[in-house]
Amino acid sequence: MSDLFTLPVILGIVYSGIRLATPYLFAAIGETFAQASGVLNLGVEGIMLMGAFTGFYVSTITGNLWLGLLGAAAAGILLGLLMALVSVTLQAEQGISGIGLSLFGLGLSSLLFEKLMSSTVAINGFPSVRIPLLGNIPYLGDALFNHSLLVYAAFLMVPISTYVLNRTTLGLKIRAVGQNPQAADSLGISVAGIRYLTVTFGGMMAGIAGASLTLALINLFQENMTSGMGYIAVALVYFGGWRPVGVLGGSLLFSFVNAFQLWLQVKGVKIPSNIALMLPYILTILALTFAANRARQPAALAKPFERGEA
Amino acid sequence: MPETPELKRVANQTLEALLPLAAVPLALTIGAVMLWLLKVNPLAAYGALVSGVVGSVFGMTQSLVQATPLLFVALGIVIAFRGGVLNIGAEGQITVGALAATAFALSLPHLPAVVMIPLCIIAGALAGAAWGGIPGFLKARLGVNEILSTIMMNQIAIQLNLYLLTGPMLDPAEVAAGTSIAQSALLPRAAWLPRLVPQTLLNAGTILALILAILVYIFMWRTTIGYRIRAVGLNPNASRYAGINVRIYQVLSLVLGGAFAGIAGAALVMGVQRRMIYGLSGGYGFTGIVVALFGQLHPLGAIPAAIIFGALLVGADQMQRTMQVPSAIVTVILGMIVLFVVSSTIFSRRRARKRQTHV
Repeated sequence: MSDLFTLPVILGIVYSGIRLATPYLFAAIGETFAQASGVLNLGVEGIMLMGAFTGFYVSTITGNLWLGLLGAAAAGILLGLLMALVSVTLQAEQGISGIGLSLFGLGLSSLLFEKLMSSTVAINGFPSVRIPLLGNIPYLGDALFNHSLLVYAAFLMVPISTYVLNRTTLGLKIRAVGQNPQAADSLGISVAGIRYLTVTFGGMMAGIAGASLTLALINLFQENMTSGMGYIAVALVYFGGWRPVGVLGGSLLFSFVNAFQLWLQVKGVKIPSNIALMLPYILTILALTFAANRARQPAALAKPFERGEA
Repeated sequence: MPETPELKRVANQTLEALLPLAAVPLALTIGAVMLWLLKVNPLAAYGALVSGVVGSVFGMTQSLVQATPLLFVALGIVIAFRGGVLNIGAEGQITVGALAATAFALSLPHLPAVVMIPLCIIAGALAGAAWGGIPGFLKARLGVNEILSTIMMNQIAIQLNLYLLTGPMLDPAEVAAGTSIAQSALLPRAAWLPRLVPQTLLNAGTILALILAILVYIFMWRTTIGYRIRAVGLNPNASRYAGINVRIYQVLSLVLGGAFAGIAGAALVMGVQRRMIYGLSGGYGFTGIVVALFGQLHPLGAIPAAIIFGALLVGADQMQRTMQVPSAIVTVILGMIVLFVVSSTIFSRRRARKRQTHV
């Protein structure tokens, strides 16, 4: 066992842990905004798949990764708008409509992939960018500061979204709408407007999260390639206590367990791989069970708002 | 509340019942537009879909074969939804139910069929109930969101199945042949559900599903426990004041939901596959949600709904074979139907609210 934890091994796990946190961070921070305003968007899984496909497809035919990313964001925005229409305007039960949206995204991404792309050739994803100075720190530089731009962007979203949610008028409005929509409405805040904004933003982030898989981490598209990551991202919002910093902690915990699990398999440690692959999902259930601060849950989460209803 | 004329009330109720039905043609229409955009002739594609169902005895019986697991699953989902909990975990519950039935039949191969068949089905039901009971317990005791926990239980079941089918439960014949396809040994003949029509896969599981649908109706609407489950789903606070232990009934609705999905799994291995295979649950868990919603969350409504969606699955197979239309189009259509059905409830709720404000 001793050769399992040498310095290069630990640095390798740190490097992959940081990388693998990217899709969780994008998706879960977007979902944090939606849930903070009172909308539970369970369609993240489907939106991620559409983002992953769109990013891959557009990048393949244009040869431009940025256009691919833009396409993924646009696909996310469209599906976010659809979710907002269903859950805000039409006040549908959010748990079920999210499942519907996920089925829709799963089916559509597979359908388009089979019909539009005959062969699958991996693309050259976003390259690693070494951050000047920090990237030259021995050992740590490689593990922490030599990643693709999407990875840095995902981590940057944490302070930015913390600031927006806690220090801006918009953030105050979002939280007001999530805690007490009646009061927010009586103060002249448009409950529907805020919820459309957050759910659409969450959709865009989920689209980018999907694209981070096909444009930076795996560089390929496969049917149902997220296999539950979108749902895990939703769970991370609960785990993180509806705060971006908490979401960061949860995402890192997840990605490190995943990186460790991958490493065990590479090293041929005698654990059946299927048992190891259960770990993230068991961890999610444990995380939900011991999620700190349930009291922080937005009071109006998953409750549609109708003006004039007590 | 003013006395609404009986006729108007019936008319309104009929409209509310019919509105979600429009979801299917609407989703099929949008699906047709998608196919057309993908340069597939939608009429030819849907023609293949229809002929796949009604074009042969096999197609028609196969629709019932596909409807059977959907009906079992939908019954469980109806109970859970009526109890106010969302069971998204049927996919995993089918898998563990099938694994339990398989393990039971393979470990006691010499039991006679009259003992074997009921015990295998009970084993499947118990395993499914346990798989649903864990999220149920976590929800009732610790407030864990059951949608998320049941989804995670699905993923765990997939890995458990792969682990067992490539290891402890791998068919010895596969090991001997060196092919190692992930499947269990063939079940002993005593565990096979009788086939109803020669040369088809239609089996006694379908009859069991129909009987259970009627029993669930009686259970939910004619017994105290069923009444309490529905009361808890309608208004947990009022139920609590009325002295109903809300938590126990929430757990019970997920346990029962899991049991029915477990029976679906057992019936699939005993009636159709006759062995456990990888990917047995094949989306029935999610399609079952659509069936339950479309059947108005009523056990008897679930019967025609299951047949409609069973036929859709069979037709999609044919469409894929003859028209090269990926069967993913069915997932797209199912997703749209869910979105339309849940969105359409706003009209009935609006009307209910209007009635209340007229008091």
